[in-house]
Amino acid sequence: MWAVVATSLRVSVVAVAIAVLAGVPAGLYLGMRRSVVRNALLVLANAGMGLPPVVVGLVTAMALSRRGPLGSLDLLYTRPAMVIAQVIIAVPVVAAVTAAAAASVPFELRLQARSLGASQLHEAMLVLKEARMGLVAAVAAGFGAVISEVGAVMMVGGNLEGSTRVMTTAIVQYTRMGRYGPALALSAVLLALIVVVNTVLAQVQRSAERFERS
Amino acid sequence: MSAVLEATQIRKSYRRREVLDVERVALAPERTLALLGPSGAGKSTLLAILGLLERPDAGRIVLDGREVTAADRSARMQVAAAFQRPWLFKGTVGANVAYGLALRGVPASERRERVAEALARVGLAGWEERSALTLSGGEAQRVALARALAVRPRVLLLDEPLASLDPVVKWRLAREFAELLHEDGMAVLWVTHDQDEAAVVADEVAVMRDGRIVASGPADEVFLVPGDPWAAGFLGLEEPAAGVVAEVTDGVARVACEGADVFAVADVRPGERVRIGVRPEDVVLFEATADVPASSARNRLRCSVTALEHTGTTFRVVLACGGVRLAARVSKAAVRELSLAPGAQVLAVFKATAVRLARERSESEGASR
Amino acid sequence: MTDRRIWLAKRQAPVLVAVLLAVLLAVLLAVLGGCSSTRTESKPPQQPKPPQRIVLATTTSTQDSGLLDVLVPAFEKAYPAYTVDVVAVGTGEALRLGEQKDADVLLVHARADEEAFVAKGFGIERRDVCYNRFVLVGPAADPADVAHASGAADALARIAKKGSPFVSRGDDSGTHKKEKSLWAASGVKPGGAWYIVTGQGMGETLKVASEKQAYTLTDEATYLTMKDSLDLSLLLGDDPSLYNQYGVIPVTGARNEEGARAFADWICGPEGQRLIGSFGVDRFGRPLFTPNAPGGEKS
Repeated sequence: MWAVVATSLRVSVVAVAIAVLAGVPAGLYLGMRRSVVRNALLVLANAGMGLPPVVVGLVTAMALSRRGPLGSLDLLYTRPAMVIAQVIIAVPVVAAVTAAAAASVPFELRLQARSLGASQLHEAMLVLKEARMGLVAAVAAGFGAVISEVGAVMMVGGNLEGSTRVMTTAIVQYTRMGRYGPALALSAVLLALIVVVNTVLAQVQRSAERFERS
Repeated sequence: MSAVLEATQIRKSYRRREVLDVERVALAPERTLALLGPSGAGKSTLLAILGLLERPDAGRIVLDGREVTAADRSARMQVAAAFQRPWLFKGTVGANVAYGLALRGVPASERRERVAEALARVGLAGWEERSALTLSGGEAQRVALARALAVRPRVLLLDEPLASLDPVVKWRLAREFAELLHEDGMAVLWVTHDQDEAAVVADEVAVMRDGRIVASGPADEVFLVPGDPWAAGFLGLEEPAAGVVAEVTDGVARVACEGADVFAVADVRPGERVRIGVRPEDVVLFEATADVPASSARNRLRCSVTALEHTGTTFRVVLACGGVRLAARVSKAAVRELSLAPGAQVLAVFKATAVRLARERSESEGASR
Repeated sequence: MTDRRIWLAKRQAPVLVAVLLAVLLAVLLAVLGGCSSTRTESKPPQQPKPPQRIVLATTTSTQDSGLLDVLVPAFEKAYPAYTVDVVAVGTGEALRLGEQKDADVLLVHARADEEAFVAKGFGIERRDVCYNRFVLVGPAADPADVAHASGAADALARIAKKGSPFVSRGDDSGTHKKEKSLWAASGVKPGGAWYIVTGQGMGETLKVASEKQAYTLTDEATYLTMKDSLDLSLLLGDDPSLYNQYGVIPVTGARNEEGARAFADWICGPEGQRLIGSFGVDRFGRPLFTPNAPGGEKS
């Protein structure tokens, strides 16, 4: 059972890390720009937050399947495939939450930085620093989205014992088999994990705030 | 005296509405130009353009003899600004003041020195480690100024830096800031809507209205003889009366105006056409029949009150002395004592040294400079 | 205004968490409650007018084959007094539903378990209905050469020896049980990197086998249905040890015992047997199930 938990964590942590690398710059761009293109992209990101994981799973599985365009990579039913699906699910979440946080940084603060000689990149870094609470929220939201997701990882991972079986797919399997005990136990671990991760992130947030106010 | 920053023919529109049309504005080294005007006059837009934060639709900006644009990062490095709200970044006071230095690649040890020096200049020596978000409004504004000063800019732009502060702090900072700005050959643009604030800090004043500069010049001239009826009204003056210098005796000129003579200490020659400016607070009113003892107050004009305006703690009295229109500022007690009301007759007394003469523009442009 | 909104948001956060926890708890309790089910409400009225419900618990493979889509409407036409609700689960779960009397009649394929079920008094009787066969499928290249094996057990031994990937359902389903018995017969204890366990249904397992170019054991019906989307070939099927016997069991003391008996009798009777024997001929050119109810053919 702990192997399943470890797989869940490894896959989700890698996926969230990649999603943050891609989603945070995208979110910064969306949160800082004021243009028609930006508005359209923001709508897309927010829609992406509601992207049905099953659809992501289906499309990813089709793309990675032996008969799909990326079949030669031999990735379906492997951990990298799960990471790919989870990244697709998490990027819009991370980007949208980051964008909201970035948009909450007053324009005048950025103008102030600019007036001291900041380039656009410096300005983005400043926004990132000012909005880092939102960044914590973005990471938490992305992690929550992928660790508790079942549809996509089932479809592209295949729930293979010892390699792609994660908590959620194992719960589904145990439930199907009528083995409610292990299913409930895993559910408890999953819940506890989400609570722990969010508590840790909230703690980071609070200590950062304390530093700023003191 | 060559300008540090000079902008000419600056135009800017937002959504086809013209918000700025400025012929020329120039900032001189170690001088503070106060940009004065009501809200919406385009002051902040002009400041943003001069600060290379925004591009004008048309116009030329020359910094130290070189034409520059907002894309010119090395030019932007020569400019620093502080705004109405201090907009401090999260972190310590020291990190805030060091921000511009870090952008300029100043090494850490020198950065520390210059941060300490800038903080000392604004009276906050040793405040480096404090959190920037726990400061009072005045303290925060000092940090914001230190942050701008630390980069040793050629041009310092201040956009309503005192407007959010309570009056006591505001006047203390106004005096202090005015004091420490005349250094390093730095030119300062100080945007404000408050003429009293401008009077404290400015060497020169430009009055803006609807995107245009309607009056500009040395502060003491603009405040007395703005040369523009609207600007005069905005500054609480009546339109300056016109007259001709009749004679000059011992440096005191007698100016013949329509229906009244006005004495002024000024460097003019007989026959010159001038305009006359007197600050309302320099005018003292007496009963029309009063026997005022002789003094240095050479001007004694019989006037009738044409209007009485309540302006907070004082009253503004508008007077007609023949063709000369004057404003006087008096206390509530004086209004009662003199039974001031429209139509009342009074004696307006002011010193010859309180009168400012400006040569008529039509004869010689900007003659009194 | 803004302050108030923030205040509200701050106040609501713990409330929201509490509500969420309460909902979660309720769901957990409902799930647990479902295990020890107490379905006593609403005794069915004895009048024949509103059709009585028969709950048929069966395996996913039966459901997926489409056989029930033919059988159930035909039964309901023959017995308008009844309607049949199909619950498709694994064999183990189906038997459990029977034990708890959550199902009225079972149609499953795990003979030993079924007989134990009846012996323990949960079922009235067990009758053979029909059989289909399991087949061993795998990559067309057949690296372990199972096509020339002497039987299913030998085929599995060859796969293990070669270390060719083999995909197991590992879900305690009837198919999985069959697989385990075949491994036991082969004398090999499967395990290692080549032995892949999906824990999922037949369809998913076949897809995994196709992607990994692995062998797997499947019921023939599911394989034939999905054949076109798979890169797998049928390598071995003609071995009596691969036959899969289905049995029907009316549950003792079921809510609708009468209906359960009627269904069992009908499916073992001439019409039920005829329908089973012809199912799949139109699509695959041959029947997927062979009817073999005792006396079914005779009467």
